[in-house]
Amino acid sequence: MAAAVEKIFNDTITDRETRDKTLKWVGTRAPRPDGVDKVTGRAKFGADTYLPNMLYGKVLRSPHAHARIRSIDLSKALALPGVKAAVTRDDFPDQPEGAVQPAGEMVINYRDMTRNIMAREKALYEGHAVAAVAAVNERVAGQALSLIEIDYEVLPHVIDVEEAMKPGAPLVREDLITEGVEPVPEAPSNIAKRVEFGHGDLDAGFAQADVTIERSFKTQPVHQGYIEPHACLASFSEDGQAELWCSTQGHYVARGHCARLLQMDVSKLRVTCSEIGGGFGGKTVVYLEPVALALSRKACKPVKMVMTREEVFRASGPTSGTSMDVRIGATKEGRITAGEAILKFQAGAFAGSPVPAAAMCAFAPYDLENVRTIGFDVLCNRPKVAAYRAPGAPLGEYAVESVIDELAKNLNLDPLEFRLQNAAKEGSDSSYGPKFGPIGCVETLEVAQNHDHYLSSLKPGQGRGVASGYWFNIGGQTSATLNLCEDGSVALVVGTPDIGGTRASLAMMAAESLGIELDKVRPLIGDTSALGYNMLTGGSRVTFAGGIAVHGAATDMIYQLRERAAATWDIPVDDVEWHGGQAVAVNGYKEQEGPMGLLDIAKDMAKSGGPIVGRCSTNAQGAGPSFGCHIVDVDVDKETGKVSIARYTVIQDAGKAVHPGYVEGQYQGGAVQGIGWALNEEYIYDENGKVENAGFLDYRVPVCSDVPMIDTVIIEVPNPTHPYGVRGVGETPLVPALAAISNAVENALDIRFTELPMSPPRVLAAIESAG
Amino acid sequence: MARIVLSGNLRLYTEGVAELELESGSIRSLIRELRRRYPDIPEDIEDELAVSIDGVLHQDDWFAKIGPDSEVHLLPRISGG
Repeated sequence: MAAAVEKIFNDTITDRETRDKTLKWVGTRAPRPDGVDKVTGRAKFGADTYLPNMLYGKVLRSPHAHARIRSIDLSKALALPGVKAAVTRDDFPDQPEGAVQPAGEMVINYRDMTRNIMAREKALYEGHAVAAVAAVNERVAGQALSLIEIDYEVLPHVIDVEEAMKPGAPLVREDLITEGVEPVPEAPSNIAKRVEFGHGDLDAGFAQADVTIERSFKTQPVHQGYIEPHACLASFSEDGQAELWCSTQGHYVARGHCARLLQMDVSKLRVTCSEIGGGFGGKTVVYLEPVALALSRKACKPVKMVMTREEVFRASGPTSGTSMDVRIGATKEGRITAGEAILKFQAGAFAGSPVPAAAMCAFAPYDLENVRTIGFDVLCNRPKVAAYRAPGAPLGEYAVESVIDELAKNLNLDPLEFRLQNAAKEGSDSSYGPKFGPIGCVETLEVAQNHDHYLSSLKPGQGRGVASGYWFNIGGQTSATLNLCEDGSVALVVGTPDIGGTRASLAMMAAESLGIELDKVRPLIGDTSALGYNMLTGGSRVTFAGGIAVHGAATDMIYQLRERAAATWDIPVDDVEWHGGQAVAVNGYKEQEGPMGLLDIAKDMAKSGGPIVGRCSTNAQGAGPSFGCHIVDVDVDKETGKVSIARYTVIQDAGKAVHPGYVEGQYQGGAVQGIGWALNEEYIYDENGKVENAGFLDYRVPVCSDVPMIDTVIIEVPNPTHPYGVRGVGETPLVPALAAISNAVENALDIRFTELPMSPPRVLAAIESAG
Repeated sequence: MARIVLSGNLRLYTEGVAELELESGSIRSLIRELRRRYPDIPEDIEDELAVSIDGVLHQDDWFAKIGPDSEVHLLPRISGG
C-alpha cells in the first residue's frame, strides 16, 4: 500500500466510531450473493466439476488399525482392462525428518503429511490409505482395488488416550520422544508433547479456598460432520502443469501442500475452490487432492475422486477424544482462588492435537491470580485429528465450566453471578498470559442475567444450564482486489472460500468503504492464480482479515479515483475528497466543478489513464478475541434417558456484526454442533480398533427435529484494530455448548455427568444407578 | 525496557527463565536477541510462535513494533477451524 493510501487507511481505523454512525450497508441484512445459486442447484460443489475423458480414482484403505506393510502388489489391478494408473507410497517422495514449515495458519510436518495421505512403513489406523487407482469408471476402479495384494503384519493397536500414555502401550511411532519435558526422556512413548501455561502460586491459591472441587472428565472423539464429503478433480498435463478443483477451506494452502508432496513448483499448480458443503476445520488439510494429482500425472488424464461417507468417517480428520482432570478452589464469597487443569488429548496417528489451544482457552473467561493448565498430545491408532471449530476449546472449557457450575451450586450462588464475580475484563491477565484488551465477556454475562430466557420459569422436570466460552480468533495473509468496470460497477475478488457468508460481508464492507450501492459490487472467489497469497478460511478470520483487505483495496481505489478526478479538473489531488461514492472538489475549488461519480470516472478511465484496480495484500494482525455465554433448558426422559433441548440462547460478542443474519447463523450452527457433541456423537471402536458406526445412521448428528429455534443475542464490543470493529464469530459459538448442556442435565437430574456424550444409554444407566 | 514473558515450552530453552526485560524494537529483533542469549532456542522458533504485544496478537509479523514499556508474551502459534 502506498504511503498516502496507508495513512488514509489508518485514519479510517482511528475514525471508526464516527463512521459507525453513518453506516449504510454494514450491519444490515442484505441479500445473500450465493443464495439463488444454492437454492436453484446451480452452485458447484466439490463433486460437480467434470472434464472430458475424466477418470475415476478410488483409494484402498487399511482394514487394520495398526499393521506393518510388508509389500504391495499392484500387478493384477493394473492388468484389469480400464485401469489407467495406480499409486502407492512409492509415488510420493519421502519428506525428511524435520520437514516442518508454516503453511497457512498451521505449521505442517510434511514427513507426517505424506504418510497420512498414503501409508509408508505402517498403516496407522483403520481406513489409512495404502494405494489408489484411476480407471475409466467407478465400477472398474472398485474392482481394481480388490485385486491389489497387500501383505500386512498386524500389530497391537491403541485407541484410548489413557491407554496410549501407559508404559508398554503399543507404540504408534517407535522413535517418538516426548517434547516439552526435562530431562528429555530416553525411551520413546506415544506422548508427543507436554505443554504448560499459567501464572501465580497454585498451592497458595488452593490454601485460600473455602471450597475446592476436583473432577475427572472423559470425552469421545467426534467428527466435524460436514455434509459434503471430500471431493476433487485433478488434471495434470504432460508439460508438468496442473489444475485442481476441490472442496477446501483454503485453496492456496491446498496448493502449497500438494506442490510440496509432489515436488512441483507451486506456480505450476492452479487450484480453484468449489462451493463448500461445510468444513468446520476438517477441510483445512488435504487427503484426496495429492493422490488425484499423482494419479492424473501417471495417467495423463483428469482424475476425479470423491470420498464415500464411510471414508469420511474412517479416514478424515476427527477431533480428539480426551481425558481431563480439573480442580478449582473458591472462597465462600465466590472468588475463585486457584484453577488447575490437566488435559490429555488424542492426536491420532501423528502429533498435533489441539491441546495447546485447549490449555490456553480452558480458564480464559476468568480473571485468576493462580492458574495452571498442562496438556499432553498423545498418539493413537486413529486418523490424525483435524481442526474443528475453536479446536480444543470446547473440550477444555467443558471440563472447567462443569466444575465452575458445581462450585456455584456448592456455594449457593447463582451460576451467572459467580461467573460475573470472576469474569475476565479489559486489563485482566488472561490465564495463558497476555492482558486482555477491550473484550465482551462481562457484557455477555450481564445480558444473559437479564435475558427473558434466564428469567423465565422452568417446567417441571426441566433443567437449566449456562456456560461461558472463549476463542482467540486470528488474522493472517489476505489479498483482495476491486476491479472497476466500465459501467461503474465493481468486481470484488477475494481468495478465501466462502463458508459462512463472507462474500456477503466482504461485499458489504466494500460498498460501505466505496460509498456505493451494494448491488454494484459483485463478490467472487478467485483461483490461486488470481491474487496474492491467501490463508485459508478458518480461525474465524475471514470477515476480520478480509475486511481489512477489502477496506484497504477500497482505500487504494478511492485514491486513484480522486487522482483521476483531480487530473480531469486540473486541480491538486488533495483538493478532491471522496464522499457518498463520488469525487468532490473542496477548498477553493468547491464551486469549480460538480461532483464526479463512479460511472463518470469509469466510462472515461481509458482516456484518463487506463484500468482502475484497488488492491490490498496484507498480513492482518490484531484479531479481537470473542466471548460467548449459552443458556440451555433441557427435558430428560427418565424412562429412555433421552435428553431433549427445550430452549437455547446464544449470547456472543461479534465486535461488529457486518451481516447480522449470517452472524446469527454462525451462533445457531455452533450451538447445534455442540448439541450433537454433548448428547449423541461419538466414534465407537470394536476390539480390533475398527470404527463400528461410520455413517450418519449410526453416528447421530442432530437433525431439525432435535433442536428448537435457537435464540441469539449479538453483543458488539468493537475490535479497535479493525476498520469496522469486527471480531471473528465462527468458532466461539461451539465452545460453551458442551458444558451448558451438561450443566442443564445436572440441574434436571441432580446427577453430574463427567463423560460425553450424554447419550440415552449413558443417561439411563446414570438415572438407574442413582436410584 | 519491554517486559518479555515466555509461555508454553519456551522456558525449556532458556534455562528456566520465564520472564526478562529487554530492549527490542520489533518482534524480529526480539527473537534474534533471545536466540543470541539462549542458543538452544531453535532457529525456526518464530514459525511456531504467536506474539502478544500489549494484548494485541501477532503471527508472522517480524516488524511489529515493541515499545519500551510494552508487555510481550511469546505463545504457541494459534490456528483455528
